[in-house]
Amino acid sequence: MASITLDRVGKTYPGGGQAVTDVSIRIADGEFLVLVGPSGCGKSTLLRMVAGLETISTGTVAIGDRVVNTVEPADRDIAMVFQNYALYPHMTVRQNLAYGLKNRGTPAAEIARRVDEAAAILEIGAFLDRKPRALSGGQRQRVAMGRAIVREPAAFLFDEPLSNLDAKLRLSMRGEIRLLQKRLGTTAIYVTHDQLEAMTLADRLVVLNGGRIEQIGTPMEVYRRPATTFVAAFIGSPAMNLIPAQIADGALTVGGVRVQLPLPSGLDGPVTLGVRPEDLQPRRNGGDGHLTLDVSYVEDLGAQRLVHGRIGGHAMVCTLPAGHAVQDRLFLHADADALHLFDVQGGRRLT
Amino acid sequence: MVEDRPWLNRLTHLVLILGVLIVAFPVYVALIASTHPATAFSTGVIPLWPGDQMWENYSLMMGSGLSTAGAPPLAGMILNSLIMALVIATGKIAISVTSAFAIVYFRFRFRQLAFWAIFVTLMLPVEVRIVPTFKVVADLGMLNSYAGLTVPLIASATATFLFRQVFLTIPDELTEAARIDGAGPMKFFRDILLPLSQTNIAALFVILFIYGWNQYLWPLLITTDASYYTVVASIKRLAQAVDSVPQWNLVMAAVILAMLPPVLVVVGMQRLFVKGLVETEK
Amino acid sequence: MKRTIFGNQVLPWLLLAPQLVVTLVFFLWPAAQAIWQSFLREDAFGLNTSFVWFLNYRALLNDGDYMAALGTTAIFSVSVAALSMGLALGLAVSVDRLVKRAPLYTTLLVWPYAVAPVIAGILWWFIFNPTIGILPYLLDRVGYDWNHRLQSGDAMMLVVIAAAWKQVSYNFLFFVAGLQSIPASLREAAAIDGAGPVKRFATITFPLLAPTTFFLMVVNVTYTMFDTFGIIDATTGGGPNQATTILIYKIYADGFLALNLGSSAAQSVILMAIVIVLTMIQFRYIEKKVAY
Ligand SMILES: Nc1ncnc2c1ncn2[C@@H]1O[C@H](COP(=O)(O)OP(=O)(O)OP(=O)(O)O)[C@@H](O)[C@H]1O
Ligand SMILES: [Mg+2]
Repeated sequence: MASITLDRVGKTYPGGGQAVTDVSIRIADGEFLVLVGPSGCGKSTLLRMVAGLETISTGTVAIGDRVVNTVEPADRDIAMVFQNYALYPHMTVRQNLAYGLKNRGTPAAEIARRVDEAAAILEIGAFLDRKPRALSGGQRQRVAMGRAIVREPAAFLFDEPLSNLDAKLRLSMRGEIRLLQKRLGTTAIYVTHDQLEAMTLADRLVVLNGGRIEQIGTPMEVYRRPATTFVAAFIGSPAMNLIPAQIADGALTVGGVRVQLPLPSGLDGPVTLGVRPEDLQPRRNGGDGHLTLDVSYVEDLGAQRLVHGRIGGHAMVCTLPAGHAVQDRLFLHADADALHLFDVQGGRRLT
Repeated sequence: MVEDRPWLNRLTHLVLILGVLIVAFPVYVALIASTHPATAFSTGVIPLWPGDQMWENYSLMMGSGLSTAGAPPLAGMILNSLIMALVIATGKIAISVTSAFAIVYFRFRFRQLAFWAIFVTLMLPVEVRIVPTFKVVADLGMLNSYAGLTVPLIASATATFLFRQVFLTIPDELTEAARIDGAGPMKFFRDILLPLSQTNIAALFVILFIYGWNQYLWPLLITTDASYYTVVASIKRLAQAVDSVPQWNLVMAAVILAMLPPVLVVVGMQRLFVKGLVETEK
Repeated sequence: MKRTIFGNQVLPWLLLAPQLVVTLVFFLWPAAQAIWQSFLREDAFGLNTSFVWFLNYRALLNDGDYMAALGTTAIFSVSVAALSMGLALGLAVSVDRLVKRAPLYTTLLVWPYAVAPVIAGILWWFIFNPTIGILPYLLDRVGYDWNHRLQSGDAMMLVVIAAAWKQVSYNFLFFVAGLQSIPASLREAAAIDGAGPVKRFATITFPLLAPTTFFLMVVNVTYTMFDTFGIIDATTGGGPNQATTILIYKIYADGFLALNLGSSAAQSVILMAIVIVLTMIQFRYIEKKVAY
């Protein structure tokens, strides 16, 4: 068990570009931290620098009190679960679990005890003597987890461990990973590009974009107060609506409609207005400060309906409860605290 | 595809049976000849049905050879061939697999140069540089020795490239998992890489065993001491000595014995053999 | 390219050392020697050696025997390639048609791969032996007087047959592999389009086999140029009248029997150039195959 500290970490690949820039995070002991971001944003690179599989170009990584920049992966006291599991194909499940312990010179009796314990926790006891080839995807995933927990490491590192599973299995494994990590109390860094996975698993999540941190916070903080338009669009599904708006004389105008909003003073000119589809409430008729949506089409998701349309020429989506009737146009209202204002240029949050 | 054309099916089998017969014909003739007494050949044409001297001919050749032809007993030569084939096959695999490991899993200065040095051996078959190579081996005092028979033939670009290909298909994550599990390079090589290349090694072994067993020119040149003769390289010596005194039965017994081991290997391990053959050409 | 690499700088050299030492001592050094030697000439008593630039090469070009050996090699290579590939293709197409028993036929057809060229030579030499051989006996019945000891044509025929016989199994296996890699759907589509088996072969199968055929042509040429040494040496010894002296045999004969080192070395260098070209062609083919 240990905390992990990243201090101004950067990575430049030889011949490649700058994959990670100036990342500083302090991960508390026992915390579940999720790195999330679109493909190519540097999540894996960052994780692999913590693991010791990739050299650190600038900055330092410390596990506990020890700076590990030049420490071999095996000596960092971490365990990693890979997207393709990376099980040794020629070894049985038991040998797979035991390999790391054996290399460390753990006594045989201790190895056996830990393997059995891990097998019991993960319910893989029945196929300890099979080769990975004879296991289903879900079972392999469990074995990969098992290989991590027998080591009783200071930290777990996960690189998209669930993305090779089908949707249903992914959901149940997600729950299991969460429970397991809480039960063992081991610090974990988890990489995913799936924002839903990130939201449900994380104690705190880090949104990365282009190798830089966009925002760090608990899932609800990030959801409620996205720091940038990038985060606003990335976290939450369906994505937050982002449309151009105007501020003039202390009042906000969207698609020709003035919206009531307590604005911070000193703002003037064009801004980007963000509003989540689920924060838009239907109103019976167009009233003061109500937005008018010209409906294009409706998607029925069962529990809710997604209404796609336009406001003042800009695309907009809103969620309505199932069975809610929709005509050609819809009047919508949003509470003041559900409206987010962003800088047009940098995309930074203004409110 | 469903297609039933009786004449075509019959033609297919006819072609194949003819092919099998043509392929087998010379060996059949040799086999038959090796079962007759020497007198059977004085009549002018080779007999086509088995005789009754098989045991006598083969045991004579195995046990005492043909002293008039300067041919020692085959048993010793077969042993030499076996040693040569096994050492060449094992040696080629051993040095190729470590070379490929170095080239694929390490980055070091002059790596490209090392790669090319191995690559050019593809273009220098022993027959081409036979005279100077002979001289090198003579200067090193390796004539008439097992080392001389095997070591100069042991470098192999083909095998190195095959292993390189195999290693490149092994996912990076496996190496990374092993590193996290505390395996250093040699441990990874032994515990992960070698077991994963097992079938390739076996397939290559079959091909290289045949290659080593069938060496002709090289052993012919560097062995003048009969105790290092290999059976394949001695066949000509036998055959030509006998051409004047027809002892065809004995020569053919030697021929059959000389081809038997590699043929058995091919037939017995056909699957590995085909795999090895097709893969080394990739 | 591997992402995961080990940082060690000494270990890779230790791993490479055996291969590099053998390569250096027995491949590169002798090859360099051959090149050096090819510019030298010894006097008749072997006492004086002088540097003669390209004299050895020029002498070769003016040497009727050498030019004859070039021609012989070409005829030999083309004949062996054509004969063994033709037979192999017929057999491979037949096996490919079979649903049952294909493995049995395959076993019965591939084992000659394991027979050493010199033994293949001896086997056919025995069959064609002018006094007791079975084929000359039969040929005599139809009025042909076979004697490869005296007749150049007969001698060439003998070595071609022996070399082709051994090579059929190799070509067969690669043709079978090539045929199996042709998607069945293509032939099925042609069948639906009304093409009979012969037409299907000519318009679909054979063109799609072109890469395999080309590859085998290169391999067969390489094989006849180098690996058939044993066949020639054991049966005809290059004769009669040098009619079966191929390049590789001439290097051996000039270097070891006639001890004409400069000329032999020059021949080696020329042959090396030929192998380099052949290897390059082969690698180009592989690149194509990958892109395919
Ligand atoms: N070995 C390398 N050499 C050069 N550039 C690299 C290398 N590995 C990754 N990159 C680059 O670094 C950037 C970050 O890659 P990384 O693998 O960390 O992305 P990621 O966030 O994990 O993406 P994904 O979700 O697709 O796995 C990418 O632009 C990638 O092209
Ligand atoms: Mg990644």
